[in-house]
Amino acid sequence: MIICITSKGPKSSDPVEERFGRSPYFLFYDTGKGIFDPVANKFADAAGGVGPRAAQVLIDRGTKVLITGNVGGNALSVIQAAGIGVFRYRDGGSVEDAFQKYQKGLLEKMA
Amino acid sequence: MRVVVASGKGGTGKTLVAANLAAVVAGSRDVVLVDCDVEEPNLHLFFPSEKKVLPVLADVPVFDPVRCDHCGECARTCQYGAIVVLSQKNLFFPEMCHGCGGCEIVCPQGAITMGKREVGRIEFSMPRSGITLVSGVLNEREVAAPRVIREALRYAAGHPLVICDAPPGTACPLVETLEGADFCILVTEPTPFGLHDLSLAAGVTDVLGVPAGVVINRSMGEDGMIREFCRSKNIPVLWTIPFDRRTAELANDGRVLTDEVPEMKELFLELFAEVRGRGEEGA
Repeated sequence: MIICITSKGPKSSDPVEERFGRSPYFLFYDTGKGIFDPVANKFADAAGGVGPRAAQVLIDRGTKVLITGNVGGNALSVIQAAGIGVFRYRDGGSVEDAFQKYQKGLLEKMA
Repeated sequence: MRVVVASGKGGTGKTLVAANLAAVVAGSRDVVLVDCDVEEPNLHLFFPSEKKVLPVLADVPVFDPVRCDHCGECARTCQYGAIVVLSQKNLFFPEMCHGCGGCEIVCPQGAITMGKREVGRIEFSMPRSGITLVSGVLNEREVAAPRVIREALRYAAGHPLVICDAPPGTACPLVETLEGADFCILVTEPTPFGLHDLSLAAGVTDVLGVPAGVVINRSMGEDGMIREFCRSKNIPVLWTIPFDRRTAELANDGRVLTDEVPEMKELFLELFAEVRGRGEEGA
């Protein structure tokens, strides 16, 4: 299963980015491989329409779970249509911390 | 001749200048007044009148579900995030679409054709002798302001005298309004914000090659920084409107200043003569 966590940097020790569409990095965790695969978000500084385009990146990678701070309306409708579960993380910690808390079932499900 | 009244900063008095310029000119010749501030059109407040309305349509993709194999080429091409392709279906966000037609061009299956949808409207009225008012109105949630502006300007095209009330800012809507104009009146106020946005707007007129002149509104006699800027950029200061509570009150009541204050009528006629001299030189 693929889990995506929005991140301010490419490493799992970097802090979680609370914005979805404008997150600098997406860290994709493959539970089969047990590693984080960082992908720079090329829409982070785009003028508009970033939410749906960022959501398309997640869909194209077969993501099943998204962990982030908040998701805008258009992106959320895409993510819901794609059947991706969204979990809210707002503790200000690292990607690793968010992942641990998700595994322990401590994160609130947004959608 | 087509004259654009712009400012960069909002609330400096663009609409006041456009409305009064049209009102004084209308005594002797026909003028088409175009409200290009399609996100907040307000010229009609000065000229209430019965209006005719025509819709503004924009292109939007229509997907053929039989031909579409969800390859995602259209979504990758769309620069506005208006299309998302899932494995079994497509999501389309019409209010994010700019109607460029790129998706239709790249679709390998020929599954996309362009349809139409309404993004705004044009309102026409003849509020007083000599004035035809054309107002562009962009529907809420829509982004296609330039599309509505282009349509409004199309209805005014070819008329001997067109005065356009420009949108604030210096992005696509202003460029759409300014392109091809003969002269631009830049209305500013003697504040740091006024100067900052004036310098941006003057940059746009410069790039587009539209000759410009400045009107300083709400002057309290301390216009040094605006005048210095105009000198440095070689932009003439056409006129200074003194700060006057009565002017503000009349404008807030939706009344036309030059109808109420005879001296103002003379001053606006002088402004028009100045603009005409410069605008027709360029035309």
